Amino acid sequence: MNAPDTFDTMLVSHETQAAEGYNFAYLDEQTKRMIRRALLKAVAVPGYQVPFASREMPLPYGWGTGGIQVTAAIIGANDTLKVIDQGSDDTTNAVNIRRFFARTTGVATTRRTSEATIVQTRHRIPETPLDEKQILVYQVPMPEPLYRLEPRVAECRKLHALADYGLISVKLYEDIVQHGSIATTYDYPVTVNGRYLASPSPIPKFDNPKLHMNAALQLFGAGRERRIYAIPPYTPVKSLDFDDHPFEVQRWEHACALCGSRESFLDEMIVDDAGKRMFVCSDSDYCHERRINQDHQENRENAPTRPAGEHA
Amino acid sequence: MYVAVKGGERAIEASWRLLDQARRGDTRVPELSVAQIREQMRLAVARVMTEGSVYDEELAALAIKQAAGDLVEAIFLLRAYRTTLPRFGYTLPVETEQMAVQRRISATFKDVPGGQVLGATYDYTQRLLDFALLAQGNDDSDIESNALPHPHRSAPGEAEPMPRVVTLLDKEGLIEQETPSSEAAEPGDLSREPLAFPADRTVRLQNLARGDEGFLLAMGYATQRGYAHSHPFAGEIRFGSVSVEMVLDELGEAVEIGEIELTECQMINQFAGSKDVPPAFTQGYGLAFGHAERKAMAMALVDRALRAEELGETLASPTQDIEFMLSHSDNVEASGFVQHLKLPHYVDFQAELELVRRLRAQHERGDMPTGEAA
Repeated sequence: MNAPDTFDTMLVSHETQAAEGYNFAYLDEQTKRMIRRALLKAVAVPGYQVPFASREMPLPYGWGTGGIQVTAAIIGANDTLKVIDQGSDDTTNAVNIRRFFARTTGVATTRRTSEATIVQTRHRIPETPLDEKQILVYQVPMPEPLYRLEPRVAECRKLHALADYGLISVKLYEDIVQHGSIATTYDYPVTVNGRYLASPSPIPKFDNPKLHMNAALQLFGAGRERRIYAIPPYTPVKSLDFDDHPFEVQRWEHACALCGSRESFLDEMIVDDAGKRMFVCSDSDYCHERRINQDHQENRENAPTRPAGEHA
Repeated sequence: MYVAVKGGERAIEASWRLLDQARRGDTRVPELSVAQIREQMRLAVARVMTEGSVYDEELAALAIKQAAGDLVEAIFLLRAYRTTLPRFGYTLPVETEQMAVQRRISATFKDVPGGQVLGATYDYTQRLLDFALLAQGNDDSDIESNALPHPHRSAPGEAEPMPRVVTLLDKEGLIEQETPSSEAAEPGDLSREPLAFPADRTVRLQNLARGDEGFLLAMGYATQRGYAHSHPFAGEIRFGSVSVEMVLDELGEAVEIGEIELTECQMINQFAGSKDVPPAFTQGYGLAFGHAERKAMAMALVDRALRAEELGETLASPTQDIEFMLSHSDNVEASGFVQHLKLPHYVDFQAELELVRRLRAQHERGDMPTGEAA
């Protein structure tokens, strides 16, 4: 982000060759076909959790195996892949997954949301709006939105079949009675296409409005729990609420300390022993792009005296 | 200054190098070979093969070496390799009655046809540390000169069949028959289909066979302490080798493709009977690759507890709850999900921080809801 950007050139040297001895994107074609069948069903029934025969992956369960299997099943040689974790391309797990695909497919990778054809994400939706040519793949730890209320999967399937979602309404009501507001801040349950209750994965509820009528195809993979579900492009997605307690997203009193954005989700950092705080965009590409644009504007104003922006 | 997680690429590469060093330890000490692990840590190899679901002693030993002895990590390595292997087909069921037995005991009868064979066991060692093993370059000539002949180590198939202890009870009709019914469906394949509930016994046994030994041990132990109505006897435990046969399409007949070592346990449990069925003994079954008696016994206890529903027993304990047990038995899943908490969660944590600050501010102002709100 604000570190010297030698990363991409390093990637080219050792990440562009597909790993020997493994199929393109690691999974064998039979397995990809099985996953694609599940994906088609998931797209046909938005929000419905389709069981699939999740494979052991060379990364641990709980570290994105569902998202990785979905990406492996859909990625082609001409795709450009972006991987983020907590909004950032630089967190170790995002680096590791991006490197895994660079090694096993040789496809181009990017950090720029607008350049990517596939974005695999954990815990965030990029701030930059996606378009119809893009696919957003979510890593999902617990696909069942009811699991805290009913841990038995067999029972939850019945509740979904009957669209019996009273439990979750009671839970939200009890929150309001106890706390004055709904005390769910991430993994905030949604109704997809007016039918299935679904987990948006542990994104902050700040991101929930981006699920609604998104132009991109949104695919959700839960490897350990062996479930795939989807939100097709332009599908209505409603965050649960009540008429007198409408759904709200988080707001900050601060702007991003780096790019000055007041619209993005901010990470809080403790920067010294005195507990001094600093707030910065969680979406590193969004923050970066904004600063480039700001640099360009300044450059235009002082064109003769200033060098080009460092990231240009 | 903003110095959050950066340079992940270089950090990961450095971490790999450090891991290699840590695994190797002091280079003045000779490196452990895979063959040494395979030969001298056979029980670790057996566990990794069983829970890794691959019968390959060399790969299991390699995984143990690579994982620096962390068996759960080794199991994960083997599973991640296994998942890339093509599936040629299915073997015929192995015939454990034809096992070339190295060890076989029954706790239900003083003597049984085929006899009690103690074999190699830690059971009657006195658990005194053997300081002689501390000495470098032990003289193996003692072991060689004291070696016993292996009367039972004949090749599988050549040995006299050793009837199972439970078949003795069969003759009186005292124990339920465990024969496949003609209309039984083909057994499921957990490594090819997602686990679904209700899970039949073939799927349950597959899950338990791959299940974590520690989990099964604790749950099996719980069934003995009253968490399930279990009154088990070790009907029979046997360890030895069996031949594996497969029908090859080109030949149109079954051919032997190799032999494997197995540990099998049949637990005999009381069953009070119901209005349709007279009281009888029932079975719990355990099977593991290699020599793994603790695993096989624990598995048999848990298998029996999970049959509570089909036998019409009262369900009173998590050990009888099929979904609870099967969903949490796999250590590759469990280890991954527990340890994923090491991944950054600062977006979610930020969301929670914001909520708790807001609720605390409300609390200070005293404008908490009174209970009839909303």
